[in-house]
Amino acid sequence: MSECWPTIRITVNGQCHVVHAPPMKRLLDVLREDLHLTGTKEGCGEGECGSCSVRMNGELVNSCLVPVLQAEGASIETVEGLAQNGELHLLQQAFLKCGGAQCGICTPGMLMAATHLLAHNPHPDIAEIREGLAGNLCRCTGFMRIFESVIAAAAESGTAEEERAADAR
Amino acid sequence: MSTSETTRIVGASVTRKEGVDKLLGRARYVDDIEREGMWHGATVRSSIPRGFIRSIGFDRRIDWSQFAVVSAADIPGDNHIQLIVSDQPCLADGMVNHREEAILLLAHPDKHKLRDAVESVHIEYEPLPAVFSIEESERQNPIVWGADNVFKTFLLEKGDVDSAWASAAHIVEGEYRTGAQEHLYIENNGVIAEYSAERGVTVWGSLQCPFYVHKSLLAIFDLPAEKVRVIQTETGGAFGGKEDYPSLLAAHATLLAMKSGHPVKMIYDRMEDLAATTKRHPSRVRHRTALDSEGKLLAMDIEIATDGGAYSTLSSTVLSRATLHSPGPYVCPNVRIRSRSWATNAVPYGAFRGFGAPQTIFAVERHMDEIAASLGIDPTELRRRNFLHDGDTTATEQVMREPVILDQLLDRALAESNYHAKRAQFAGENPAGAVKRGMGVAAFYHGSGFTGSGERYLNSLAGVDVTPKGEVRVLVSSTEFGQGTNTVLTQIAAEAIGLDYSDVIMAPADTGIVPNSGPTVASRTAMVVGQLIERAGRQLVGLLREHAGLDEHFTRAEFFAASERYRAAKGEVVSLCRYEPPPGIFWDDQKYRGEAYPAFAWSVQVAQVAVDTVTCSAEVEEFWSVQEAGRVINPVLAAGQIEGGIAQGIGYALYEKVLLQNGQMINNQMTNYIMPTAEDVPPIHVHFVEIPFQHGGYGAKGVGELPHDGPAPAILNAIRDATGVSFHSIPLLPEDLFAALAARQAIEEPATV
Repeated sequence: MSECWPTIRITVNGQCHVVHAPPMKRLLDVLREDLHLTGTKEGCGEGECGSCSVRMNGELVNSCLVPVLQAEGASIETVEGLAQNGELHLLQQAFLKCGGAQCGICTPGMLMAATHLLAHNPHPDIAEIREGLAGNLCRCTGFMRIFESVIAAAAESGTAEEERAADAR
Repeated sequence: MSTSETTRIVGASVTRKEGVDKLLGRARYVDDIEREGMWHGATVRSSIPRGFIRSIGFDRRIDWSQFAVVSAADIPGDNHIQLIVSDQPCLADGMVNHREEAILLLAHPDKHKLRDAVESVHIEYEPLPAVFSIEESERQNPIVWGADNVFKTFLLEKGDVDSAWASAAHIVEGEYRTGAQEHLYIENNGVIAEYSAERGVTVWGSLQCPFYVHKSLLAIFDLPAEKVRVIQTETGGAFGGKEDYPSLLAAHATLLAMKSGHPVKMIYDRMEDLAATTKRHPSRVRHRTALDSEGKLLAMDIEIATDGGAYSTLSSTVLSRATLHSPGPYVCPNVRIRSRSWATNAVPYGAFRGFGAPQTIFAVERHMDEIAASLGIDPTELRRRNFLHDGDTTATEQVMREPVILDQLLDRALAESNYHAKRAQFAGENPAGAVKRGMGVAAFYHGSGFTGSGERYLNSLAGVDVTPKGEVRVLVSSTEFGQGTNTVLTQIAAEAIGLDYSDVIMAPADTGIVPNSGPTVASRTAMVVGQLIERAGRQLVGLLREHAGLDEHFTRAEFFAASERYRAAKGEVVSLCRYEPPPGIFWDDQKYRGEAYPAFAWSVQVAQVAVDTVTCSAEVEEFWSVQEAGRVINPVLAAGQIEGGIAQGIGYALYEKVLLQNGQMINNQMTNYIMPTAEDVPPIHVHFVEIPFQHGGYGAKGVGELPHDGPAPAILNAIRDATGVSFHSIPLLPEDLFAALAARQAIEEPATV
């Protein structure tokens, strides 16, 4: 049967992959089973909890709701791609410092949602943060420290931008 | 012990021990693990609440030779989960007592083949009458468990309640109810099991209590202790929901591994996890209270009933904690508490953060506001007049030997929330607006550690060692599932030994490696196990000084050099300590009297709530929590515990309804079991007042369960303040508000025809 599966090309965290999989296989399962990127988690399997959030062509998606065929040719970003050259992403640093991760199971999805939020809105106010993370459930933290983490990362990134701007001058 | 000394690491917000792994997505949860040749398992479950199994048929469309199929007949040992009373079968044998009870297990190399196979097993039943509520169980017809449907009864008596009614200035009665609540950890239950005749059983799983699983596997597989190894994997939330259930699931996966000859992974999906695993016990609590003309409590007569579900599991100990928390943090000379846990044909209820206390604290703290209203006293003033103080005795006649600072906590909570000014402001604004605002308070304690003689029976052992690789390890079976065990215990070890936080790691939570430091439950880890680690750390330094020439002041290098000298002389570098009860602790199990808990954590919470009388939604706008839980080991983690517990408590009060139909949860999806989201949780303000507890790890008491106890009564008290309507049951959903507000409107504005 596997010989009639389509060949699907996807780019994950900048790396190209060719996958042979049933077309309706969930992107979540392709990431976890075919590409062994187990950072992306399943919480509910119906798009409610956001644990499986990844970015697909710059959009935040629940990878449990995306058939892999739909991801053909797409560029996917997962939690494994956040840290660069062994250094934690600003959001990861902030989550660590502010206590934004407890059990950690929602964390990869939460980080992707927060990344997506800051990509579109580098300095969100608290209402925008709440809205931006409303699709990602955390049962441990009560969200307070996740909000704080996002605020801290945004502030830090602002500082980094200013420094870069100053360097440029 | 060490409560007054300055500390370097204890009290600092060092970052979470396993935090970087979690943030990079490389922490290994059970579903992230593969074993060579691994198969997948699934469960065939009962589709009726109670009855005899008459036949099991296998659809011929399926090639069953490709599957491993397990029934109760395959169990080599005792077909029962080993808990307090071992009444719950591992697999149903001839009879089922609740929906979703496991009857048959299937395994196959391809997990996608399992769903169809489960649906292709046809079970015929002879149904028996079933009971689905406390009231139906109380009728004792039919009897569905034991001789009388009663799992456990407690009677607690102090003074003479019956003599108090005649002289009372006021008598106030009330009945309060709480619904089931689902833990909704984001990682569902899951395990991997391997079986070999020579090596025995190895289980990896998402679980709280490795030695609970170990104990059940020994009995079910009739194996000696050394042939069973249970390893906790990174665990994505638990909240009590992975206290007893993993024993069942681990046994199932191991049976399939034994039958198939392959490692077997069983991971529940969300619908199965919600339908088949434990929830918080539903409760009904009745209060009859006598007061004098000043509002001082004269007598409390409390009757508690919980729905325990189909098997006894943890219902007796949940009921015990419910009983001991039911009178609230108040002084009362005459108290009688009669409590019962009833069997029904629901999925067994189990442990959930608070363990019975949130149910009875909801009742007493709602009841205090009803009393205040009935007497015309401010609810905070009524509480103040009755608070426990140092030297007072509780309902079990436990003398409060440690400082009790409820007045201070209340003052702080009222000041931080600007309670009185806001109440006055809202009272002025509410009549004119469709949105009514109110303020509500709850005051409560939570007993830290096991109840009564529990810690003595547990007899926990914990310690530290130094590996030849130069790592200092904390040796405990206490597990991390988000609450901070790894961080707090390594902080304590580093502090006690005199090393840096980065020098200390956790040994794997593997029953083949670590001693039994007891289950990770009951707000006991920082206090009880933390103290064992503190002692073990100091003991290790003592051993190295005595036997390996370590100086009083030492560098890191000198410490590890001394460790190697000690290893050369003695073999291994290990320091273990066993639990010793604090002196003067006495508990009488028969009379249910004495020191119910070694220590109590105390809290006052305030909720500000807005009720929209048009949409009938109630929204918590702001929340304050002031608590004294001993020494705070890690401020960021401790505040995170409080905030998370409050969010769950808000869900318990206003969002989370387990819809049961004939003992079946019919809203077993995240789509329709609703928990608070990032848009629902209000700003939460957390303030600790620290009084180190002499017998806790660096002065710690328990903090994990405390915050879940107060939000429900505080919120419903605020709704009463806002609307003037008293609600006696949770969850309180918009439809409940609609019914009550519409009924009141009908009285106030009778329709003119």
